[in-house]
Amino acid sequence: MTGATLAALASHWARNPLQFLTLVVGLALATALWSGVQAINSEARASYDAAAATLGEGQLDQLLPAAGETMPQDRFVALRRAGWLVSPIVEGRLRVGAVTLRLVGVEPLTAPGGTAASAAIAGRDLADFLGEGTLVAHPESAELLRAELSNPVISDASIAPGTAITDIAVAQRLLNRDGLVSRLVLALAQPIRQRPLAEVAPDLVLQRADGASDVGRLTDSFHLNLTAFGFLSFAVGIFIVHGAIGLAFEQRRGMVRTLRALGVPLDRLIVLMVLELVVLATLAGAIGIVLGYLVAAVLLPDVAATIRGLYGADVAGTLQIRPAWWLSGLAMAIGGALVAAAGALWRLSRMPILASAGGRAWAVASGRGRPLQGAAAIGLFALAVLLSLQGAGLVAGFGILACLFLGGALALPLCLALILKVGQSWSSGVLALWFWADSRQQLPGLSLALMALLLAMAANVGVSTMVSSFRLTFVGFLDQRLSAELYVDAAAVRDRVALERFLEARADEVLPILSVETELAGLPAELYGARVGATYRENWRFLEAAPDAWDQVAKGEAVIVNEQLSRRAGLRLGDSLAVAPGTTLPIAGIVGDYGNPIGQAIVAEALFRQAHPSVLPARFGLRTEDAETLRRALVEAFGLPSSSIIDQVAIKRFSLSVFERTFSVTGALNVLTLAVAAFSILMSLLTLAAMRLPQLAPVWAMGVTQRRLAWLEVLRTVLLALLTAVLAIPLGLLLAWVLLAVVNVEAFGWQLPMFLFPFEYAQLVLLTLVAAAAAASWPAWRLSRMEPASLLKVFAHER
Amino acid sequence: MPVLRGVTLALDRGESLALTGESGSGKSTLLHLVAGLDRADGGHILLDGEDVTGLDDRRRAALRRTKIGIVFQQFNLIPSLDVAANIAFQARLGGAVDKSRLDRLTVALGLEAHTRKYPEQLSGGQQQRVAIARTLAASPRLILADEPTGNLDEKTADEVMDQFLALVAETGAALLMVTHSPRLAGKLGRNIHLSQGRVA
Repeated sequence: MTGATLAALASHWARNPLQFLTLVVGLALATALWSGVQAINSEARASYDAAAATLGEGQLDQLLPAAGETMPQDRFVALRRAGWLVSPIVEGRLRVGAVTLRLVGVEPLTAPGGTAASAAIAGRDLADFLGEGTLVAHPESAELLRAELSNPVISDASIAPGTAITDIAVAQRLLNRDGLVSRLVLALAQPIRQRPLAEVAPDLVLQRADGASDVGRLTDSFHLNLTAFGFLSFAVGIFIVHGAIGLAFEQRRGMVRTLRALGVPLDRLIVLMVLELVVLATLAGAIGIVLGYLVAAVLLPDVAATIRGLYGADVAGTLQIRPAWWLSGLAMAIGGALVAAAGALWRLSRMPILASAGGRAWAVASGRGRPLQGAAAIGLFALAVLLSLQGAGLVAGFGILACLFLGGALALPLCLALILKVGQSWSSGVLALWFWADSRQQLPGLSLALMALLLAMAANVGVSTMVSSFRLTFVGFLDQRLSAELYVDAAAVRDRVALERFLEARADEVLPILSVETELAGLPAELYGARVGATYRENWRFLEAAPDAWDQVAKGEAVIVNEQLSRRAGLRLGDSLAVAPGTTLPIAGIVGDYGNPIGQAIVAEALFRQAHPSVLPARFGLRTEDAETLRRALVEAFGLPSSSIIDQVAIKRFSLSVFERTFSVTGALNVLTLAVAAFSILMSLLTLAAMRLPQLAPVWAMGVTQRRLAWLEVLRTVLLALLTAVLAIPLGLLLAWVLLAVVNVEAFGWQLPMFLFPFEYAQLVLLTLVAAAAAASWPAWRLSRMEPASLLKVFAHER
Repeated sequence: MPVLRGVTLALDRGESLALTGESGSGKSTLLHLVAGLDRADGGHILLDGEDVTGLDDRRRAALRRTKIGIVFQQFNLIPSLDVAANIAFQARLGGAVDKSRLDRLTVALGLEAHTRKYPEQLSGGQQQRVAIARTLAASPRLILADEPTGNLDEKTADEVMDQFLALVAETGAALLMVTHSPRLAGKLGRNIHLSQGRVA
């Protein structure tokens, strides 16, 4: 019985290959987009994990210098003697040929277990590691090192890309940091009796593992956006699969009724249909995973460059097959197919054995379900409003997105039906009247494909608006923050006081950048000292400020905070903030800060120097009309490497190039999603084509040519696509608003202003119309070439 | 509202019985109850001495696979299977495929030239012949036919019905057939007329 039933079920696909193709390709494309994004994410995450493990970040507490980037090595000795189980790390950028690598020097005898550094050492001969200056590096970097250095180099894939590990003495030599250490990593288990840190090394600060990795948080946000996009694309695919499965189940109602009448029990039938679906979903999922791998392999170099540029985290430019993403892809394909089929299976299980097996029953049922759909859409929109008013956190943000997305899709058939009804009431000619009436009748059959199109368009509009708004804001922010013509990195200069005097004499305005990591309003933050002058007054734009904000700051009577600190600490204009022991100032302004994850406060330079006399400027911004002359003078006087003097034009060019790469990733995903939606329309039209004949044949018999009917079919599809596209724009803008004003605030801690890009939207609508017209062309062409006998059969069958 | 009231009938092996009556008289309902496609609110249906009235869905389905064959007015073929597969289908479900019997039925019903065709490629008469072959191939003890020629013209209906009755007689199965046509009812051994749910 099982074999015969399975054969009968499978024979449906053999006789309806187009439907089979729709189901498999729809599911495969959805899985491809999902697993492609997951592949990129998991590859990038694996790289961060390796990087974090290499440095001991995120897992272990660390001791850092309170000021500057290094500490004397004798702090390590003093702390060990005082009972602290610490291990020194020296870290820096090492130029190797045309690229720079991150070189990490570790002390193998004291390196805590559980880090990639200790793992890298564990498998080696310690004598080699200590004696010959061996470097252990990621295979990509190892090749470079071998070509450029005489040291022995070992390849190890567990080391982060762009990183090399060696003994601390070797690293100090290669980085010119003899006797200096970047940080001290604390072993997890520490003796109970230790002398207090303040006593042994008062110039060091303890950084707890929790707050260590800003890179992780920022890149998580980037991945969150990518994951959201992958999920949106998957949702589009699931709509297609839902349509294909729904149609296939409805077309098999007659077969199901016959099978049951012939003695196949209902429960067995349901189990076999689920089994059939799982097999199909596994097949489609496997194809989708392969496609996803290809998508990821093409996009990963751009993503790697984007993440490296934005956040400084290294991501390998090549892809490894990781079980996590292909398993998740397969699970999504099977789960998605089952979710898409749940409704059809449920209806099947409730279907009386003697029910009608009408071919268009599903379309009629869709029409009947419209009021319920409308009520569900209104409910979801109401829930979105409620979540935006009452909800908090990323979950609420994504909840709003999901409600809007689903509500929009459910509301679409209702809106289209209303528009078509109005169109019908306005039409006068008999053919026009038929066109509108027939379009209304077609709507249920095309609804799911149009919903997929709506979601694809809305996702495109939403993500494009977010990325474009981000770019505009960030470029504006760069103009504000990089207003000086030159920036000098003072780290390589021993006598920074002399450097400052030298600059004062030659530049039009010198802007020392003084900063210290501290705690503000109970939160980890950075305090900056600013030399308030024309540059700050003219270039900085406040989100909110008192009229004379800079005057108050210059006098040491007020402080300016960034949006992150304002939001996290609940600080508003006029509130007081303790910036140093015994110094509390009112907040005179709040600035947008888009390149930094933590809170910042800006006080006058004098006040800063008074509170932190030992802190010297790490960088100087220089205003000058002759940047090139000043650059040369600096190189001559202080022997500064050219990499220590950066002109703002280069930084801006680099930042923009990062955005271009980001655009290429989102652009590629946008086009793919739209292609999936166009495919959905094509398949729906092809599937419906045969069922359309009973409606078209009488009109043809009454004298409308096949050619004219074909044109009307194309026109109808383009009209429906146009209406859908127009409705998708406001939905997409709503999605963008949620991404910028809710999700972004939760993920990054700041809100992005939203800009509109009408030209881009118009282009997208045009692209959609072209896709819809292309999708409609084939079925229309087939109709125009159809033998009259096929149309006549309609009348014969109806007899 | 009761559809059938006090209807009692018995059918022996090899016997054929026509159920006639106006629309809504309850003849199709009676057929569906005997087939186990519907549940009776009261009364008893015995098959080979076994009371099948209270059987659950699974056991009623098993009865339809093994002991009962149904010929529908709408043919109810599997549209995605070809003629040969459709004819063998119910026998395969019941696990009793007899290749020589399939061949014999195919020839007897004049379908040998159409075995690779699909139902949509056949005329109404041919489709009903396939449905009859499918039912007979499973060797049921009881054959239920609901207006089996209702969708055919008179000439074709007569041809199909004659073939059908001859083949049923060969198998020795009992036949219960619903029909509107007194002419076709006359071809069967017995005739019961239903009116408003009662035997008239």
